[in-house]
Amino acid sequence: MNSIMLMTTARLLIPLLLLFAVFLLARGHDAPGGGFIAGLVVATAIALHALAFDIKSARALVRVHPRILVGTGLLISLVSALPGYVAGSPLMTGVWVELSIGSGGVKLGTPLLFDLGVFLVVTGMVMISILWLAEEEGA
Amino acid sequence: MSLTLFIAVIVLIGTVPIAPLTVRYFGDRAPYLLGLVPAAIAVVLALAWQDVSAGETFGYSLAWIPGLDIAASWYLDGLTLTFALLVLGMGVLVLIYSRAYMAGEKDNGKFYAFLFLFMASMLGLALSDNIITMFIFWELTSISSYLLIGHKNTYESSRDSALQALIVTGAGGLALLAGLVALAIAAGTWEISEILQRVEVIYESPLAIPALILIAVGAFTKSAQAPFHFWLPNAMSAPTPVSAYLHSATMVKAGIFLLARLHPALNELWLWTPLLATVGGVTMLGAAWQATREKDLKRILAYSTVSSLGTMVFLLGLGHDSAVKAAVTLMLAHAFYKGALFMIAGGLDRQTGTRDISRLGGLRRAMPFTAATAALAAVSMAGLPPFFGYLGKETFFAATLSAGSLVVLLSLAAVVVSVLHFVVVGLVIFRPFTGSSTYEAKAPTDGPFTLWGPPMLLALLGLGVGIASPWIGSQTVGPAVNAIAGATVKSKLELWPGFGMVLLLSSLTFGLGAIAYKLQPNFHRVHLGWRFGGDSVFNWIIRSFLRVAVRLTMLIQNGQLSRYISIVVLFGTVLIFSAMFTGAAFRWPGETIVIRFHEVVIAGSVLVASVMAALTNSRLRAVAALGASGFGISTLFVFYGAPDLGMTQILVETLTVILLVSVFRFLPTTGTETSNRVHWRDAMVALAGGAAISVIALSAVATKPVDSITEFFRANSKSEANGLNVVNTILVDFRALDTFGEIAVLAAAAIGVIALLRLKPSKKGPQ
Repeated sequence: MNSIMLMTTARLLIPLLLLFAVFLLARGHDAPGGGFIAGLVVATAIALHALAFDIKSARALVRVHPRILVGTGLLISLVSALPGYVAGSPLMTGVWVELSIGSGGVKLGTPLLFDLGVFLVVTGMVMISILWLAEEEGA
Repeated sequence: MSLTLFIAVIVLIGTVPIAPLTVRYFGDRAPYLLGLVPAAIAVVLALAWQDVSAGETFGYSLAWIPGLDIAASWYLDGLTLTFALLVLGMGVLVLIYSRAYMAGEKDNGKFYAFLFLFMASMLGLALSDNIITMFIFWELTSISSYLLIGHKNTYESSRDSALQALIVTGAGGLALLAGLVALAIAAGTWEISEILQRVEVIYESPLAIPALILIAVGAFTKSAQAPFHFWLPNAMSAPTPVSAYLHSATMVKAGIFLLARLHPALNELWLWTPLLATVGGVTMLGAAWQATREKDLKRILAYSTVSSLGTMVFLLGLGHDSAVKAAVTLMLAHAFYKGALFMIAGGLDRQTGTRDISRLGGLRRAMPFTAATAALAAVSMAGLPPFFGYLGKETFFAATLSAGSLVVLLSLAAVVVSVLHFVVVGLVIFRPFTGSSTYEAKAPTDGPFTLWGPPMLLALLGLGVGIASPWIGSQTVGPAVNAIAGATVKSKLELWPGFGMVLLLSSLTFGLGAIAYKLQPNFHRVHLGWRFGGDSVFNWIIRSFLRVAVRLTMLIQNGQLSRYISIVVLFGTVLIFSAMFTGAAFRWPGETIVIRFHEVVIAGSVLVASVMAALTNSRLRAVAALGASGFGISTLFVFYGAPDLGMTQILVETLTVILLVSVFRFLPTTGTETSNRVHWRDAMVALAGGAAISVIALSAVATKPVDSITEFFRANSKSEANGLNVVNTILVDFRALDTFGEIAVLAAAAIGVIALLRLKPSKKGPQ
C-alpha cells in the first residue's frame, strides 16, 4: 500500500499515539486509562505504521522481538509484588511514594510498576499476533 | 540452631543455579567443590545431635501466606535430623562417586543442578513442619526425580520410565495432598508438630480414616509399594549415582519417612495396622521373589530395594515399639549396604560394559577393590554379624516375634523374605566376581578411586556401626525411634541377642538361604501364576486414556472453526437456559424501562451492522460491519459510565479488523459458498445464543443487586489502593493476582503463537 495521505497521517499520528499511551499509562490509576489500554494503543500505532508503510519497518520500530516484551512485562509485574512483602505486608500490597515537583505532585507506586508489566505483555502479545501471524501466513 | 534449618534449605536451593557454572569452570572436579556444601550443612546439623538425642526439639517459623495458615516452618527432632543427615551424607558420597561415573559425559551441568534441586527438596521435605510446605517439597522431589531418570533424554526408554515415575508418584501426590488437608482439618492445625499433639481430636473426626487412606496411597506410590511398585525397577534407566541416591537411599524412603512422622498421630486408628502390614507384607514377599528372577544387576537391586521398603512399611504397620526400632534400623542399614551395592553395579557397568549377571564372571582378580567392597556390602545385606544389616535383621525378627496373635505367620514371612534376600546377595556377589573369568585379552580394572572409594566407605561404615553398637548404645537409632514412638524407648542395638527365638530364626535363614541359592537356577521354572509386575495395567490405563482423548478431540475439535464456535455457543446457551429456568432466576423487568433517544440510535446501528455482517457475501464487508457493530457497543459502554471498558473495546475492535484484513490477503477468493442447510443451521445456533444473552440481560435489569461490591470498591479505592479509577484499582491492586494470572495466560498464548509459526514448514524446508 502506498497512499501518500495515509503515510503522512501516520507520520503525524504515531508519535501522538505513543505519547497518548504514556499519558494513559501514567494517569490510569486515577482516571480512565491504564496498562491494558495503553498497550493496545501502542499496538494500534504500530499496526498503523504497518498499514501505511510495511510490516518489516513496523517490526523495526521496536528493537527487540515482542516475546522479550512479554517476558519482561511478566517479570516486572512479578517483581512489583515484592516491595510490599519486604515492607512487612502480604505480597502485592501497594507501596507508594509521593514526589512533589513544583506545584503539582507525582505519585509513584508498585501498582504503577505492575501496570507497566501489563502494558508490556499486552503490547508484545498484540504485536506478535498482528506483525508476525499476518506476515507468516503468506511467507 | 533454629534459624540454621531455614538457612540450610535456602543454601542448598541457592546451589542449584551455581552447579552448572561450577561444572563449566572446574569441569570434572566440580563435584568435589559442590560436595562441600552438603558436607558443611551436615556438620552444622550434626552439632545438634547431642541435644536432639536428649529429647530437645528445635523449631523456626517464617510467615509465608498467613491468610491460608501456610508458614515456612521448620522442625528438628530425632527423626527429622536422622533423615536429614542421611540425605546430606549420601549426597556427599554420591557427588564424589559421580566424579568418576559421570566424567566426560555431556550435560553434566544440568545433571548436578538437578541433583542439587533434589537434595534441597529432600532436605526441605525432612525439615518442614508445615504440611503444605512439606507437600511442596514432596512434589519437588518427584519432579527432580523425573528430570534425573530422564537424564539420558536421547533414549526413548529413559523418557518413558521418567514419565511413568512422574505419573505414578504425581497421582499419589494428589491423593497425599487431599489426605494431608483432611488431616489438618481434622486436627485444626497445619503444623505437623502440633498435629502430633492432638491425637484425641483427630480420632473423633470422621475425616481420620479417609485421611489415613489417602496419605497411605501417597506414601505407597512414593515408596514403591505394591501395586504401585513397578515404576522403581523401570527408573533404573537413570544414571547409577541417581539410582543409588534417589531410588535406593533417600527419595523412595520419603514415603516411609512420612508414615513414620505421622505414626504417633495415626497408628492407633483401626485401619493402620491391617493396611500397612498387608501392603508392606505383600510388597516385601513379591518383590523379593521377583528379585531372584532378574538378570540385570540394577533390576535385581531395584526389586530387593522394593522388598526392603515393603519390610519397613510392614514394620511401621505393626506399630509397636520394637517394630518401630526395627524399621529405623533397617532404613539406615539399607541405605548403607544398598547404596554401596548400587554404586558397585554402576562401577561394573562402566568398567565392563554390561550389568547382566549371566555375562559377568570371575572379576575378583581383575577388580579386587570392587569385589571386596561388594563382599562387605553384600554380607551386611545378607544379615551376617557383626554388620549393620545383621542388626536390621535381628530387630526385624524380634519385632515379628512380639507381634501377638499372628506371630507364626509374620515370623514365617520374615524368614521367607530374609532367605530370598540371601539368594539375592549370592547373585550380586558370586555371579560377577567368582567362577572363571570371561575376560582374557583385555581384563577390566577397578577404575579410579572415586568409583569404588565411596561404596567402600559406605560398606565399612556398615561394618563399623555394627561392631561399635555395644559402645554407642542407643545413639544410632534412638533419637529417631523416640521421635516416632513419641516416648523414650529402649532402643539399644544388641549384637548378641542371647540364645532364643531370634538366634534360631537367624540360623534358620542362613541354612535355608544357602540351599535356596543352590536352587536359584531352577527358579525360573516356578510359575506362581502372577508376575509381580504392574506395568501392563499402567500401560493399559494410559493407552485407554489416550484413545478416549483422541476420540473426544476428533469429535469436538475437528479443525473447523465454525464447529468450535457452534459448540461453545450451544454449550453456553444450554448452561444459561438451564440455570435461568430451573433456578427460577429469570425475571421480566417489572417497571417500564425508559429508553432514551441516543440509545435507540446506537442500538439500531448495532443491529443493522450485525444483520449486514450476517447477510453479506463479501468477507471484507462482513469484517467492516462487525467492526461497526463493535464500535456501537463501545459507545454504549461510554454512556453507561464505563469509559475504560469503552476504550478497550474500541481498540480491540480496531485491532481485530486490522488483523482479519491482513490475514484475508492470503485466503482464496473462491470456495467460500456454503450450502443453505449450513446457513440455516448456523443461523439457529446464533439465534439461540442471542436469546440466551437477552434472557440474562433482561433479568439483570429486573434484579436489583442486593449486596453490591461496587460500593465497597467506590468507598475504598482511594483509601486502600490510593487511586480514583475504580476499574484500575481493581485490576492492579485489589485483584492484582487475578490480573497477573491473566497476563500469564496472555504470555502463554504468545508462546503458542510463536510455536505455531515455528511449526509451519517454510519454503526453505523445515527449520
